[in-house]
Amino acid sequence: MNDFAGTRRAVIDPQALRREFPIYQNNPGLVFLDSGASAQKPAVVIDGVAEFYRRDYANVHRGVYELSQRSTDAFEAARETTRAFLNADDANEIVFTRGTTEGINLVAQSWGPAFLKPGDEIIVSDIEHHSNFVPWQMICERMGARLTVAPTGPDGGFDLAAFEALLSPRTKMVAVVHVGNVTGAVLPVERIVELAHAKGAKVLIDGAQAIPRMAVDVRAIDCDFYVFSGHKAYGPSGIGVLWGRYDLLATMPPWQTGGGMITQVTAAHTDFQEPPHRFEAGTPDISGAHGLKLALEFIEGIGREAIRQHEEDLTGYALDRLSRIPGLNLVGGGQQRLSVVSFNLDGVHPHDVGTVLDQQGVAVRVGHHCAQPLMDKLGVAGTVRASLGVYNDRDDIDRLAAAVETCREMFSR
Amino acid sequence: MMDLRELYQDIILDHGRHPRNFRPIEQPTHTAKGHNPLCGDRVTVYLLMDGDRIADVSFEGRGCAISTASSSLMTEVIKGKSLAEAQALFAQFHAKVTGGEVHDLPEALEDDAERLEPLIGVKAYPARVKCATLPWHAFEAALKGGAAEPVKTE
Repeated sequence: MNDFAGTRRAVIDPQALRREFPIYQNNPGLVFLDSGASAQKPAVVIDGVAEFYRRDYANVHRGVYELSQRSTDAFEAARETTRAFLNADDANEIVFTRGTTEGINLVAQSWGPAFLKPGDEIIVSDIEHHSNFVPWQMICERMGARLTVAPTGPDGGFDLAAFEALLSPRTKMVAVVHVGNVTGAVLPVERIVELAHAKGAKVLIDGAQAIPRMAVDVRAIDCDFYVFSGHKAYGPSGIGVLWGRYDLLATMPPWQTGGGMITQVTAAHTDFQEPPHRFEAGTPDISGAHGLKLALEFIEGIGREAIRQHEEDLTGYALDRLSRIPGLNLVGGGQQRLSVVSFNLDGVHPHDVGTVLDQQGVAVRVGHHCAQPLMDKLGVAGTVRASLGVYNDRDDIDRLAAAVETCREMFSR
Repeated sequence: MMDLRELYQDIILDHGRHPRNFRPIEQPTHTAKGHNPLCGDRVTVYLLMDGDRIADVSFEGRGCAISTASSSLMTEVIKGKSLAEAQALFAQFHAKVTGGEVHDLPEALEDDAERLEPLIGVKAYPARVKCATLPWHAFEAALKGGAAEPVKTE
C-alpha cells in the first residue's frame, strides 16, 4: 500500500525544481512551455530507468529465475503505485498501455463491438483531442451507432445543459476530456458521470492533461474508464494507463492477442487470462512502467494540490499578461481552466509566431493540436499554445509575452 | 541559430501581407490544391497555359507568411516562362531549401532565381521547409493533373 504520505512540499519552487531536470542544464535559458505535448523528465526518472536496466531487468511473468521475479515485482509494483495514485479499488483494474491513445482505442475496439448496437449513441465533447474522437467515430461507423458532439459554451466552458439534452437511453458511452489540451478547460466530470449514469451510459475520461497537475480519484469521479499517458506526467514515453472498473473489464474481450495474456492455447481454442493481463498481449514496456512509477512518486512528492495551485496561479498570470498585448486573441476555456493558454495574433499565422518565439528561446506548440473539430468551430487554422509544468515560473511567462510583442512588432511594420 | 530577420526579410513580410497574383483565374487550363496537414495551410494554384508558355498564373488560399510569400514570389517568377524554365527554377529552389544538389541555371533565369533567394533562409528551419515548397508542389500537381480534376498534393 502506497499512500504517499509525509513527503509533500508545501510550496513549489520552480527554480529549485529545474535543477532536478537535466534538460535545463543542457539547454541554458530554455523557456519550455510545451509540457502539454510532453513534459520534461526529472533525473529521478531518467536515472531510475537506467538503473533498473542495470540491476533488475528481465522479462516479466515468464522466468522462474530470481532476476525475472525481481523484474516482475517492479512491474507489478508500478501497477500498485498507479492504483494508489488513482485511488482505485484494485490493482487488477490497471491496464498498462502505450499511452492515452492506445487506452481509448482499447476500450473502443474491445467494449465497442461487445456492447454497441445499431442506433446506439456515443457522446464526445467538441474540445476533444483526435485520440478521443476518431476511435469513437470509427467504432460508430462499424457498429451503425451515432457519434454526437456536446458543445462548449461561448466562454469555452463545458455546457452541462446542452450535454444533458443530448443524453438519452440510446447513449451508451460518454467520452470526455478531464482538462482540455487546447483550452485548458477543466470539465465537471463528476456531474457528467452522474448525468450519464442516470441514462445507463458508461463514461470514459481522457486524463492526459489532468494527471500531472491535479488530484484524480476515480472512485470519487465514479467514471467507468480513465486513461492517461506517462510522458505528459514526467514519465517515459511509450507507457500509459487504462483504468477500468473490474467488473466491466471482465466482460470485455481481448483486443490484441498473443503471449502473456492466455491461460491455455490449443489448436482449436484459446482461454484468456483475467484482467489486466488479458489486455496486455506481448512483452509490455517493463522499464516504462517502472519509470511511470518513479514519475508518479515524483509528482506525489511535490503534492498534486501544490502543483494545481502553482499552475492555476501561473495560468491566471499568463492570461492577464497576454490579454494586455494588443491584437492578441485568447481562446476561451471557461471559468475553470488549468495550465493551457491558447491564442492567436491578428494577421499572423500561428506557425510564424512559433518560429519567431523559438528564435527567442521560447518553446510553444503551434497548429491544430490534434483538435481539428475545435479549430473548425473557432474558425482558425490553428493556435499558439503555451502549456505549463512544475518547472515554469512567472519569468517564463514574461519571456513569452516579450517574445510575442517582438513578433507582433515584426509583423505590423 | 540564424538571425530572425534573415528568415523574415522585408520582402517575405511584404509578400506575406500583400501577396501578388492572389486571385482565381476564371478558366484555367490547369489547377491544383496544395494542403499541408501539419499546419492546415491550403493553397490553390491556377495556370493558364498558352502552348508551352505560362500565360498567367495565380493562387488563392490561406497560410503562413512563408507559404503566402512563396506562392506570391512563385507566381511572379514563373509568369511568362516556358514549362521547362519554370520546372528548372523549382528544381533549383527545391534543392536549395532541402539541401539537395544544386545545378546551375541558364543565365536567362539567374535573375528569377535571385528573386527567390530570400526564401532560402527557410532551410535553417526544417519544420518550415514545406511551407515554402507547398505552392511549387501544387504547381507541379496542376501540370500533372490537367484542368479537369484538381489534385491534392498531400
